[in-house]
Amino acid sequence: MQISELAPALPALREAPARRWRDLLIHPLVLRLLSFAAVLALWEYAGRIPLSPAFPTFLETLGGLGAIMADGTLFKAFLITLHPLVIGLTASILCGIALGVLMGLHEPSEWLFAPIFVIAQAAPLAALIPILTFAYGIGLTAKVMTVCIMAMPVIVLNTLGAVRNTPKSLLEMGSSFLATRSQSIRLIILPAASPMIFAGLRLGCAAAFIGVILAELLITPTGIGDVISYNQSVADYPKMYAAILSIIVFSVLFIELLERIEVTLFRPEARP
Amino acid sequence: MNPSAAMASQPNRDLPPLPGRAPQPIVEVRSISKTYAGGIEALSGISLEFPEGRLTTLLGPSGCGKTTLLKIIAGLIPATGGQVLVDGREVTGPGPERAFVFQDFALMPWASVIRNVAFGLELRGVAHSEREAIAERHIARVGLKGFERKYPHELSGGMRQRVGLARALAVDAKVVLMDEPFSAVDEQTRRKFQEELLELVANEGKSFIFVTHSIEEAVYVSDRIALLSRRPSRVSAIIEPQIQRGGDPEKIRRDSAYLDVVEAIWQQLRHYLD
Repeated sequence: MQISELAPALPALREAPARRWRDLLIHPLVLRLLSFAAVLALWEYAGRIPLSPAFPTFLETLGGLGAIMADGTLFKAFLITLHPLVIGLTASILCGIALGVLMGLHEPSEWLFAPIFVIAQAAPLAALIPILTFAYGIGLTAKVMTVCIMAMPVIVLNTLGAVRNTPKSLLEMGSSFLATRSQSIRLIILPAASPMIFAGLRLGCAAAFIGVILAELLITPTGIGDVISYNQSVADYPKMYAAILSIIVFSVLFIELLERIEVTLFRPEARP
Repeated sequence: MNPSAAMASQPNRDLPPLPGRAPQPIVEVRSISKTYAGGIEALSGISLEFPEGRLTTLLGPSGCGKTTLLKIIAGLIPATGGQVLVDGREVTGPGPERAFVFQDFALMPWASVIRNVAFGLELRGVAHSEREAIAERHIARVGLKGFERKYPHELSGGMRQRVGLARALAVDAKVVLMDEPFSAVDEQTRRKFQEELLELVANEGKSFIFVTHSIEEAVYVSDRIALLSRRPSRVSAIIEPQIQRGGDPEKIRRDSAYLDVVEAIWQQLRHYLD
């Protein structure tokens, strides 16, 4: 009696562990880790062939990372690199959003400014670095400017697009419920634009990281750029790649943080 | 063959009779015309009266300019010529005596239901607690009690339009303008909405101007239907369906008066299709 009741449940019980494994395997986190692991394994393999004597394996790179972290080089380098990055990025975000919003709301200023940024976004701006060096010397200013010319165009153009793309029916809704111009900008246009503005900020941040490393490699070696080029010159490739890896990881984490900030502060509807 | 002549003579349905005088039109449009940039003539000299406390429908073939006329009445787009009078005064822009219900709901996705409903009051500077209390009442009124803190993307299409309706009711305008409000919701919800709309017209004491392309919907909900012709649009007929609306809402849809009016309008509209 009891056994016959159990019988139909038995196959399910037997299948349960298998299904649990399958569920685990297609879990988003597991898949993401798998994709990391695959890339790292490929790196390790390529380093062991070896592809080039100047290409360390992943594990050697980790060793290099440990070394530059232990002696404090990495930490000091980051502080130096962050200096032009933070100044340049803050300026780009503030000016970029302000300019983008202005251009989005006021057509003549779009005609005035947009071509500059469209060209700036399309042009290979790294080619301008020698001119920046010529104009601003080899100090902090030139590096800040490099960050700005890399980060600003995408922030400005995304903000402009975001403001322009405010749904027409929301604007009509605002005016039918008697919104003043400033209410409509504050309560409708900016909140509606914020997801796309933030998308621009994320791209802008990524570009700013490219800018600061370019500046440190091409203008004068400082910070992370110095760690990279110094270790390259003394052929300590694990440390060189460790520096590259660390700035990539830092950039990814920073952009992730930005996304968290966006959702917490500006997107109540996207919160889980 | 003019249906308005055939049906306007019967006594009106159970509305409170206005003592001593003919009902004053709450909204009146006088020879409104609209030509869009590029020379497309959408409306050509439309004159219409919208009686107070009733639901008047603008009905016509798609692209005939019904929505354009409604938005001109709302003050959302300027007319090329003519006048709009609300309560006897000419208006040229949006005003507190008119509220709009949008075809695509026009809800702010970043705002909760209660903030969306209270938005008209927020724009008018009503204090937070006061406007939330008013909004709560209207949310309950449209049957969304318990959804105050939800966001639009968590609601079905029909529920979103209830939010849009509650927002229009919350500002307590005399005239509610509805632009194909039920066209984006499914058929079952649509019928439910039509029944609730009748109740609203009967109980709120507001005037409704309703745009639809559905003949059945127009006849079901309207006290008065203005039939618009194809572009450039004119009023081709005024129809006042005399339908007994008390009792079973399902019975109306089988009522012979209802079906006759639907048929008469269809006969009028069908030659626009050729």
